[in-house]
Amino acid sequence: MEIIMAFVCGFLFMAAIYLILSRSLLRIIIGTGLLSHGAHLLILTMGSFKGSAPPVLTDGVTDYVDPIPQALILTAIVISFGVTAFFLVLAYRAYQELKTDDMTLMKGSEDHE
Amino acid sequence: MNNFLLLPVLIPFFFGMFLIFNQKRLAYQRITVMLGLILAIISATALVFKVYQDGPQTVTFGSWPAPFGITMVSDMVSALLVLTTLVLAFFIVWYGFESIGKERERFFYYPGVMFIITGVNGAFTTGDIFNLFVFFEVLLMASYLLIVLGGEKAQLRESIKYILVNVLSSAFFVITVAFLYSVVGTLSMADISLKIAEINQPGIITVIAVMFLMVFGMKAAIFPLYFWLPSAYSAPPIPVLALFGALLTKVGVYAIMRTYTLFFTHDLAYTHELLLILSIVTIIAGCIGALAHFDVKQIIIYNIVIAVGVILFGVAQMNQIGLEGAMFYLVHDMIIKAALFMLVGIVIYVTGTTNLRKMGGLMKTYPALGWFYLIAAFGLAGVPPLSGFVGKLLIVQGGFQAGNIWTSILILASSLVVLLSVMRIFIYAFWGEQGQVSKQVNKTVYHRMFFPTMLLVLVSIFYGVGTEWITPLMEEAAKILVEPSIYTDAVMKGGN
Amino acid sequence: MKTNDVILQFTAKIVFFMIFFYAVHIFFAGHYTPGGGFVGGLVTASAIVLLIIAFDIKTVQSIIPINYIYLVAVGLIIAGATAAFSMIMGKPFFTHYFDYFNLPILGKTSLHTAALFDLGVYLVVVGVTMTIIQTIGEDE
Repeated sequence: MEIIMAFVCGFLFMAAIYLILSRSLLRIIIGTGLLSHGAHLLILTMGSFKGSAPPVLTDGVTDYVDPIPQALILTAIVISFGVTAFFLVLAYRAYQELKTDDMTLMKGSEDHE
Repeated sequence: MNNFLLLPVLIPFFFGMFLIFNQKRLAYQRITVMLGLILAIISATALVFKVYQDGPQTVTFGSWPAPFGITMVSDMVSALLVLTTLVLAFFIVWYGFESIGKERERFFYYPGVMFIITGVNGAFTTGDIFNLFVFFEVLLMASYLLIVLGGEKAQLRESIKYILVNVLSSAFFVITVAFLYSVVGTLSMADISLKIAEINQPGIITVIAVMFLMVFGMKAAIFPLYFWLPSAYSAPPIPVLALFGALLTKVGVYAIMRTYTLFFTHDLAYTHELLLILSIVTIIAGCIGALAHFDVKQIIIYNIVIAVGVILFGVAQMNQIGLEGAMFYLVHDMIIKAALFMLVGIVIYVTGTTNLRKMGGLMKTYPALGWFYLIAAFGLAGVPPLSGFVGKLLIVQGGFQAGNIWTSILILASSLVVLLSVMRIFIYAFWGEQGQVSKQVNKTVYHRMFFPTMLLVLVSIFYGVGTEWITPLMEEAAKILVEPSIYTDAVMKGGN
Repeated sequence: MKTNDVILQFTAKIVFFMIFFYAVHIFFAGHYTPGGGFVGGLVTASAIVLLIIAFDIKTVQSIIPINYIYLVAVGLIIAGATAAFSMIMGKPFFTHYFDYFNLPILGKTSLHTAALFDLGVYLVVVGVTMTIIQTIGEDE
């Protein structure tokens, strides 16, 4: 299982980096989303897959999974949700103002105004 | 157990919430923000005294026993940084009344400032590595808001890059925490420190140490990872720039300082040598940038990079004197960078340009501005008895003690470059022929901007001259950094 | 552009309430089982988004006249105040209280201050999601 997860995480990171290196702003944002998915799966893998029951209070269950990675993932998901949403709004505003979503046209700091 | 230490984090949080209401009423906004900051400053001052008398204070959330709940720890290091943060925020907000612009004030500028302070103070205070990530995100979210506020073209363009860099480094942070958790099985910083000593796995811990250096180095702007800083910081208006320049990179520096003294002390020959080399290269890169530019903002921004290098050089020595110097220099740099950005902001307001070549002859029309700029510039370079002197002296002394003779001499030489770079602003802007002057200069606005700036420069003078009184606090801070057992004992035994 | 979307509008009016009450169900399910404020908030926001798709932003704004940014602030204040309440009681920050009560219709119920915190989270999530959607959707 760990081996499969390692490949899945690696694949997600690969796709994320490919997208982040592209020119279009929208693809970059999707890339950051994939990157955070990969990171969350990595937390899950790092927390190990021992235990069978969910870590919810139920009578008679002793073999439950480690709840900490799940708590971490939930927090990280909420944060990446917020950041991605903000980034999307910003990208939209930037597209309206700058009339482009091509990162190569957004270079430079001297020649503005 | 002591909830008191949470007040400097909670007061800005609640006041930030209250500030979201009544956006259009400037009087309400301004009075509330100042009231919140003053209350927070009072509580932080009391906290510093309490920590000085009773040692580190801890509180573990939700009445959980210590390594399982999220612990907030206020030792001398974090208490001093929290106090400095709040004082600076007070002066920067005051300065911003005249220069930030009414549109920004009506559109969530003050809630943004309060949130960024919540995040910064939380990051300084927390004793849990994942909670550190959460507070980083709080301050980053607020900084995204502040950097884009106003919606000018340059701001939109630069903020996209700024957010992208920070999203990447946040993802990297999560990954690093995941690795650390899988190795040590805990997130409480005190517990991690104890577990790392127990498990005896130097190889993998060193890898994690380097990954943490990359994560925090991106925020702190150390050598290969500072590329985003100059362009991103040039976009927002001066008060926001002062806030960012004084606080944000310093949070990264603090995180490196904390993790490299508390966790990664198993292989000093590798990790701290790496930190030493990177800090030296950072200083050199910053010096080149500071000398190359003719834009006043860029010169000061590159000086941030230099200062980060100097502080981390002190951390890399890993001895009492070097760390005490690093603490001294960290607080000094926060104060003096805020003051310099504010002064430079006034210069830009008066001349209407950021280009040094167009300025000149301000000494005749604005002598007070000139003299205070000169004092701040000398303070930055570390001319005794001003504030930069003691910190740099202790850092170099620590370097000599650790046997890094040549690199310490390089630190001293870098002071000359720093002095040269800021004196260039003085020479070009204040001496010589009368240069460009802005047409819309209003004397009352100028005085209202100058007054808080003057007070902040006076604070920095006091910080330098009053070393005698500050030294015991700094010694206390350095002692905690050198001996992690004080920190871990306070958390593991003091909790509940 | 004028389109004839009677079916969508009619269905949306009914489905909105179904989704909304399911969100309330998820919110209370979060008490001891999976669910909670974050998911409930997202589901509620999606119900409002359905209304926006069926009608338009101005109509929905007049039906639900809420300033969503204030909703975020109120949510954060509720969550923060719940956490800070234990400070007044002299316990560490974030300590929760719970007890069993005999309520009229529901019978013996456990009430927990964590539900108040979750209510704050719920409001924040609805507020943030709707603010973002309004910002993007407004200028069309």
